[in-house]
Amino acid sequence: MASMIEMQRIEKYYGAFHALKNINLTVAKGEKIVLCGPSGSGKSTLIRCINHLETIKSGEIVVAGHRLNDSQKAVDAVRREVGMVFQQFNLFPHKTVLENCILAPMRVRKLSRSEAEATARKYLERVRIGDQAEKYPAQLSGGQQQRVAIARALCMEPKAMLFDEPTSALDPEMVKEVLDTMVSLARDGMTMICVTHEMGFARQVADRVIFMADGQIIEENDPESFFRAPKHERTRAFLGEILAHH
Amino acid sequence: MGIQEFTYLLQGLAWTLFLTAIGFAGGIFFGLVVALMRVSPSAWLRVPAICWIGLFQGTPLLMQLFVAYFGLPLIGFDLPAWGAVSVALTAHASAFLGEIWRGAIQAVPKGQSEAAQALGLHGFSRMFDVVLPQAFKLSLPATVGFLVQLLKGTSLAAIVGFIELARAGTIVSNQIYRPLLVFGVVGAMYFAMCWPLSLWGRTLERRMAAGQAK
Repeated sequence: MASMIEMQRIEKYYGAFHALKNINLTVAKGEKIVLCGPSGSGKSTLIRCINHLETIKSGEIVVAGHRLNDSQKAVDAVRREVGMVFQQFNLFPHKTVLENCILAPMRVRKLSRSEAEATARKYLERVRIGDQAEKYPAQLSGGQQQRVAIARALCMEPKAMLFDEPTSALDPEMVKEVLDTMVSLARDGMTMICVTHEMGFARQVADRVIFMADGQIIEENDPESFFRAPKHERTRAFLGEILAHH
Repeated sequence: MGIQEFTYLLQGLAWTLFLTAIGFAGGIFFGLVVALMRVSPSAWLRVPAICWIGLFQGTPLLMQLFVAYFGLPLIGFDLPAWGAVSVALTAHASAFLGEIWRGAIQAVPKGQSEAAQALGLHGFSRMFDVVLPQAFKLSLPATVGFLVQLLKGTSLAAIVGFIELARAGTIVSNQIYRPLLVFGVVGAMYFAMCWPLSLWGRTLERRMAAGQAK
């Protein structure tokens, strides 16, 4: 199986704080990874390194055959292949839903407006929000905004998607609609890395669940084994805490 | 005060508006340059902008007008009075607007430019498509507030002999010996220009506060 994302011996510091310690992670094409762990464990930092929103001190990242370094060309090549969805949606508030979706395809992929709009409408339809294309983000609910954010990322036709706690900022009744969208994306074969505490989602779609603490990968396994028989004490403690409420 | 004196004041008023317009238009253009330099990651751009802002915010406009009026000819720029005054007002406005917009640019949430980066947008598009439109909206009340200050600041151009509204008032007052009446009219003219602007700024501010609460 060809690998889509490869991270080797990644070390990352924030000043003196050692945020990522010797991270090695290979994600196969079409694979779905769920990253979990206590806050501050480095899971968001890890995925933000993949599209160079964070820079690493040492190690190697290869995305869809593009080796990441600090050159703008390498960064562009990688960002061209990876979409990202944020906890706070980060939609552009001064642009309509449609304008949010066509900006990058027009600027980066150099599509004409009509081509970009056609693509945008296709993906908005797909996240079941096609009828809201002319509205501004503030006129939508949180769940709708996050689905727009997913559509906006898809409009760049990425080969892999990174989700950084996509449901953490949502009201409980809106979590499902966003997860459903992500499940359907997973079913279509998208390569995905999701930082999330939604263990139901992990069971349903993940090929592998990875548990991180203190900047290290502590344990990884298929979801069935991961939840049934966590090997590491810290994993058990963490699962005990988050599953207590489910 | 006869029709002739009143017309003279109106001519001064026209010059005041003209100076304000030039200072503001020049200030908008160069202020944007200063603001972009000020938020640049490169120290070569950032430091000159910091110095520029510090220089013009740290000295009186009066002195800046003197330097432009007497200093520019010394280094070979023989400008008419209104030219020298325009240069000074533009430089003054560029520093203040640059600083106002620097704050507004930095007030746009970091997630906005991160989302733009993740989409692959480059620096230029990130700034002009994503950050600046939001920053501009945030800065509107402060920008309008500065416009009012600049309009009143043009009265200092009188000091280099420029006959704008305040100077025209002094001249008319000296001719007809009715200072209270003349300066009353001059004040009313300033007020008629500044008050609506202030109101507009306050409306914008209220509207923005309401927008944020939503």
